[in-house]
Amino acid sequence: MKVRIKFSKYGALRFIGHLDVMRFFQKALRRAGIDVAYTTGFSPHQIMTFASPLGMGLCSLGEYMDIEVCSWQSSEDMKRRLQAVCPAGIDILSVRALPDPVPNRKVISAMASVAAASYAVVWKEDGRSFDGCQELTQGFLAQEEIGALKETKQGTTKVNIRPGIYELRVEDGALVFLVDASSSGNIKPSLVTEAFLDFAGLSVPKDGLQYIRLEIYTDQGSPDQPRLVPLEEMGVLF
Amino acid sequence: MQLPDFKNRLALPDRILLSVDKPARYIGGEVNAVYKDPERVNIRFVMCFPDVYEIGMSHLGIQILYEMFNRYEDVWCERVYSPWTDLDRIMREEKIPLFALESQDPVREFDFLGITLQYEMCYTNILQILDLAGIPLLSKDRGDDVPIVIGGGPCSYNPEPIAPFFDLFYVGEGETAYRQLLDLYKENRAAGGDRNSFLRRAAREVPGMYVPSLYEVTYHKDGTIASFLPKEPGVPEKVRKEIVMDLDSAPYPEKPVIAYTKAVQDRVVLEIQRGCIRGCRFCQAGQIYRPVREKRLETLKRTALAMLEGTGQEEISLNSLSSSDYSHLEELVDFLMETCREKKVNISLPSLRIDAFSLDVMGKVQDVKKSSLTFAPEAGSQRLRDVINKGLTEEAILQGAALAFAGGWSRVKLYFMLGLPTETEEDIRGIAELCNKIVALYYETVPKEKRNGPVQIVASTSFFIPKPFTPFQWAPMCTREEFLQKAGLTRHAVHEQLNQKRIKYNWHEADVSVLEGVFARGDRRVAQVILRAYQKGCLYDAWAETFRYDLWLAAFEECQIDIGFYTARERGKEEIFPWDFLDCGVNKAYLWREWERAQRAEVSPNCRQSCQGCGAARFGGGVCFEAKEGAAG
Repeated sequence: MKVRIKFSKYGALRFIGHLDVMRFFQKALRRAGIDVAYTTGFSPHQIMTFASPLGMGLCSLGEYMDIEVCSWQSSEDMKRRLQAVCPAGIDILSVRALPDPVPNRKVISAMASVAAASYAVVWKEDGRSFDGCQELTQGFLAQEEIGALKETKQGTTKVNIRPGIYELRVEDGALVFLVDASSSGNIKPSLVTEAFLDFAGLSVPKDGLQYIRLEIYTDQGSPDQPRLVPLEEMGVLF
Repeated sequence: MQLPDFKNRLALPDRILLSVDKPARYIGGEVNAVYKDPERVNIRFVMCFPDVYEIGMSHLGIQILYEMFNRYEDVWCERVYSPWTDLDRIMREEKIPLFALESQDPVREFDFLGITLQYEMCYTNILQILDLAGIPLLSKDRGDDVPIVIGGGPCSYNPEPIAPFFDLFYVGEGETAYRQLLDLYKENRAAGGDRNSFLRRAAREVPGMYVPSLYEVTYHKDGTIASFLPKEPGVPEKVRKEIVMDLDSAPYPEKPVIAYTKAVQDRVVLEIQRGCIRGCRFCQAGQIYRPVREKRLETLKRTALAMLEGTGQEEISLNSLSSSDYSHLEELVDFLMETCREKKVNISLPSLRIDAFSLDVMGKVQDVKKSSLTFAPEAGSQRLRDVINKGLTEEAILQGAALAFAGGWSRVKLYFMLGLPTETEEDIRGIAELCNKIVALYYETVPKEKRNGPVQIVASTSFFIPKPFTPFQWAPMCTREEFLQKAGLTRHAVHEQLNQKRIKYNWHEADVSVLEGVFARGDRRVAQVILRAYQKGCLYDAWAETFRYDLWLAAFEECQIDIGFYTARERGKEEIFPWDFLDCGVNKAYLWREWERAQRAEVSPNCRQSCQGCGAARFGGGVCFEAKEGAAG
């Protein structure tokens, strides 16, 4: 059975990289006594995939990992056992079973199904917030073109990120937005934030903002009518 | 909107953590790290491995002591490693004091700073640790407001080149005397005693403690030591190493700390025994850890299971100087193979003699096509192997290789040393000839249709460095030029072989070996050179990318210290060595006998064949009291 695990990453664990998180879970699953399925071959390894890697320094409330298990009790049991072996900085938020693949249809991995992600950006410094910027969000989104320098393998190119910004607002002092996170059009949250700061005429000291990934979404609609749902909702409790 | 906690409670601000390589090195909080309430402990101890995090986290000794200290209710033991050069620069610029990983509190506020000394080339990193912590580099300049600085580990078997930087050395195995030392510390503090009164009492009352400031060294005109004596009565003339005689009940971490970032040793390490019966004459570990003490099979089975459960590691490795000599190896390996198959854990088996048994096991636990086989003949000719008392014969190597080739292996690694005592050009050519014979053997034993790609031999040479407490402690070491000439000769000889295309030859840097030679057998006067080199910017000398031979040479010159005095000079029988005040169990008379036998190319039997009277039997256990082969009863 394929299982989708949603977890958060925060505190000092903001400073461990994506590969470190993978290594952490390989060991954590074994400590938790979860009956993970292994690949066959001479050096078997756990069947495990991650959705979108999180940048260094970011917090998240919506990280995803898919594993395959050979035996299981319940979502609740697996969640409890995994949580028991996690240090401060990683919390297991949900454990759900993914439906068996329909015959003749390709199984879509966590990574491939990512369509969008939402972020909150807040000031690290106490007392500062985006509260005054509420009015500016309309104007920002009204722009037809928002230029940003995107790093590619060939170098940096100027791209228009406006079409990839689906929502942007100020909420509880945080700048909150929903952007394209698909493999073809992924927009780094820093690009949106910098463009907004630029638009608002604000300057922030280096590393003065904390980025928090809130959720990762898949698209269950059609090309004309997208319907974004959190990755976790593709699974069911068991 | 509920946001997760991102408040920084670390010693380094986000800005710095996000600008250095691998910030996970500095945040602590690893799985199985121990946290205590500082208000509820009496003693804060910070254990340091003076090299980068990934190296230090792979060290078994610290994990054992961390476990032991944290079992004590009144002690909180934390860890610290050398900041990498990027953070080092920032900490100096911004005057950020060095901190312990768990509490992130400044090292300077601790009661003890314990530094493990695993290799000589970490000596400038010790000064970096002290410097960044804000602790005066010299013991004599320290007051009661800084931690007691303790050294331990193999290099403390000649602590003299770094003696002025330490308040105290703990000589021998850490499991035995720390409790007594800590109790003395508490008692001294309660009685209003200061640093000096503690150190004085430690030297007098606690076994295995060496306080360098309480000893006076005088020298002859020729620079050799005239006397090495305690300055005051009650301080022992000889400091005997500490040793654990019952390893089964000694503390061992079933839940070692696991690094987030990939450590060099990213696996469970199962120590099966301490010491080695072999008595190779170049090997310091083979002497200072005598006598051999095995752990019981039942202990190992239980520990292995507990560690795999406590860590979730996917690989287990056996740790010992010579695993093949462990009495119950077959049973242990059978058990591990079964357990690991169930749990899908890999087994890694270093330091195994290549024979039918080990090849069978390795064939079962490793992918033969990917792995290579390792032999350590150490010398190219049988004569020289007899000189160094390396029991491996050419016949055994070829037999092992033939078995391996038949079993599907086609890659062989061979380790040799250049510059061993009595070495001739013929011995060096023997290295190339042995490699050639192994290639030829492959063509003879493996029919064409069964060959797994071309056979590949990798021969590596390191330069021989005489070490204290070995029979070669009297031997002259080669100069840098001699080393390079020998490496050139080896390369040339390899090229002359018929099968040279299948042989790859690697050799070590000579510069580092020369320095290691000075530090290995140096005396107190060498400390000023280390200090000077550090002040000139030497750091991470064990790393090729940061090693600065030019700065070191300048430091030697400025201090007017002659490298050749410590390396190339042949020592006489009567010379007092800087480490003679230590008693590691084996006595000097035995080492001298072995040195003489070496020069006659006479081999000595191992501890299980017949006792050589090294002196380690006085510890009252281990291999010295096993029934001997062939002996009655």
